[in-house]
Amino acid sequence: MDLTYEATSTFAKSFGLIYLIVLSVGITAYAFWPSLGKRFDKAAKSLLDDEDGPCR
Amino acid sequence: MMTRLMATERQGALILSGLVALAGLILAAAGRGDPMGVHGWITLVFAGGVLLIALRALDAPEPTEDRLASYYDDPTKVGILLALFWAVVGMGMGVWVAAQLAWPELRFDAPWSSFGRLRPVHTSGVIFGFGGNALIATSFHVMQRTSRARLAGHLSPWFVLLGFNLFCLVAASGYLMGVTQSKEYAEPEWYADIWLVIVWVVYFVLYMRTLARRNEPHIYVANWYYLAFILVVAMLHIVNNLAVPASFGAAKSYSAFAGVQDAMTQWWYGHNAVAFFLTAGFLGMLYYFLPKRAERPIYSYRLSILSFWGIVFFYIWAGSHHLHYTALPQWVQTLGMTFSVMLLVPSWASAGNALMTLNGAWHKVRDDATLRFMMLAAVFYGLSTFEGSFMAVRAVNSLSHYTDWTVGHVHAGAMGWVALISFGSIYAVVPLLWRKEAMYSWKLVESHFWLALAGTVIYVFAMWNSGITQGLMWRTYTESGTLAYSFTETLVAMRPYYIARVIGGALFLAGAVIGAYNVYMTIRVAGHQAPQIDYPTGSEANEPAVPAAE
Repeated sequence: MDLTYEATSTFAKSFGLIYLIVLSVGITAYAFWPSLGKRFDKAAKSLLDDEDGPCR
Repeated sequence: MMTRLMATERQGALILSGLVALAGLILAAAGRGDPMGVHGWITLVFAGGVLLIALRALDAPEPTEDRLASYYDDPTKVGILLALFWAVVGMGMGVWVAAQLAWPELRFDAPWSSFGRLRPVHTSGVIFGFGGNALIATSFHVMQRTSRARLAGHLSPWFVLLGFNLFCLVAASGYLMGVTQSKEYAEPEWYADIWLVIVWVVYFVLYMRTLARRNEPHIYVANWYYLAFILVVAMLHIVNNLAVPASFGAAKSYSAFAGVQDAMTQWWYGHNAVAFFLTAGFLGMLYYFLPKRAERPIYSYRLSILSFWGIVFFYIWAGSHHLHYTALPQWVQTLGMTFSVMLLVPSWASAGNALMTLNGAWHKVRDDATLRFMMLAAVFYGLSTFEGSFMAVRAVNSLSHYTDWTVGHVHAGAMGWVALISFGSIYAVVPLLWRKEAMYSWKLVESHFWLALAGTVIYVFAMWNSGITQGLMWRTYTESGTLAYSFTETLVAMRPYYIARVIGGALFLAGAVIGAYNVYMTIRVAGHQAPQIDYPTGSEANEPAVPAAE
């Protein structure tokens, strides 16, 4: 396949769109996945916990 | 500080600095009679200095410190001091070049002091010197705290920090000698670029290795932003600096790309330098230091994940908005414009998330200038990302592009967002790192805050006025269809704003000088206090936990 302007722009306009949509759906699902809520809360609060030196 | 390294690490430092000094010698020999030769000598002196420090500590006894029980903060401390040094130098250069525009006789007729050579010293000085050192230093701090693990290695953080500063030094001195690739924010020539790649890869490996030792199941979101900063800057830097040196004995190279491809690559780099150097890394700072200082967890952790991916995947497409009305295909311009407008969503999600975190802690914002720095940074982040999306729209861009409006926009971001979050983080972290009760003077922090705010507002308003005046004068036609104003007339109209800009910049610089003095006095004078938290706990194994070999 020749690397022409038409070919690259068609690729960018089709697959570029698909991958961005798939990616955004995936990320939204990850961010709002119910069972991950606890882990996220813990991460957000862990910042304020006592930071008494590295464990290893 | 060298005595805290083990003997093998000190030997490693000796070998590394010897190798860099040798590289400097080769550069000096190959580049005789060319600015590259001067850079060789600079490298030689810099590495020679490090070598001497390593040599003097070579016979020191092995450290008895228990490496299990504390964070390794020496590189962070040096990084913060270097950031403040570059802040004063870079902002000082900014005030000088701004004054040259209002009073051209301030050029003093030397070649090195012309506007074209001093301006990149200002931009690189503040972006890479100040911003870069602040990012490296705070990333070392944040990655250790959020992972609850000590830095993976004791030599590589020094290599990253000092290597990066050698790059900054070579860059700034090169500009004064007229060395430039003529690519904005990517001016340094090929040998400096290769050096930065080496430094950056070591930085990435260090970050990954520290994260791999983490003692937390989840990697806190601030680390994601720092990692995006490191990874994407490496990618941008390598691609945009693909070039063929004209000879291996001179500071001159030719880009691997030509014409509009070169322009597109440059602005893909340029805009993502804004995105990943000046935004992603500093968002990492915001997501760590703002909740920490406000003593409240981030308002919505889920939102911070969403906005992270939004920022990463939208920004990478936005660069072509710098090339509206050029030879670039129309659809690529439209693509850049569309993504720039979409970027408003994750950007405002981040700014809103930061401000909502402060809900319920507004009394702290009122009382604590350090937290107020961070709050104002989030506000300016929201303002300048809105302005950026707006200016990327083709019709707006036809008025704003090539005018001082762009300069005003950049400074709303760089002063209002990047510098304020950095100063806020520095004020938050300095007492902790040096084990002090508090900053030397809270009144000086307070005056720095108001100087910074006044300076930014004066600067940005001056440039808005100047830029819109300039843009409108450029597009005004007479009835007979000729341009109504000559170029000189636009300069005369803009002069009052140029003077206002010097005043705004000088206020901001004065704040930075006060900040540097305050940090210095904190280290020298402020009372010692061992904090309750962030303090090493005892460990059974009284031996270094980290393997010596790096």
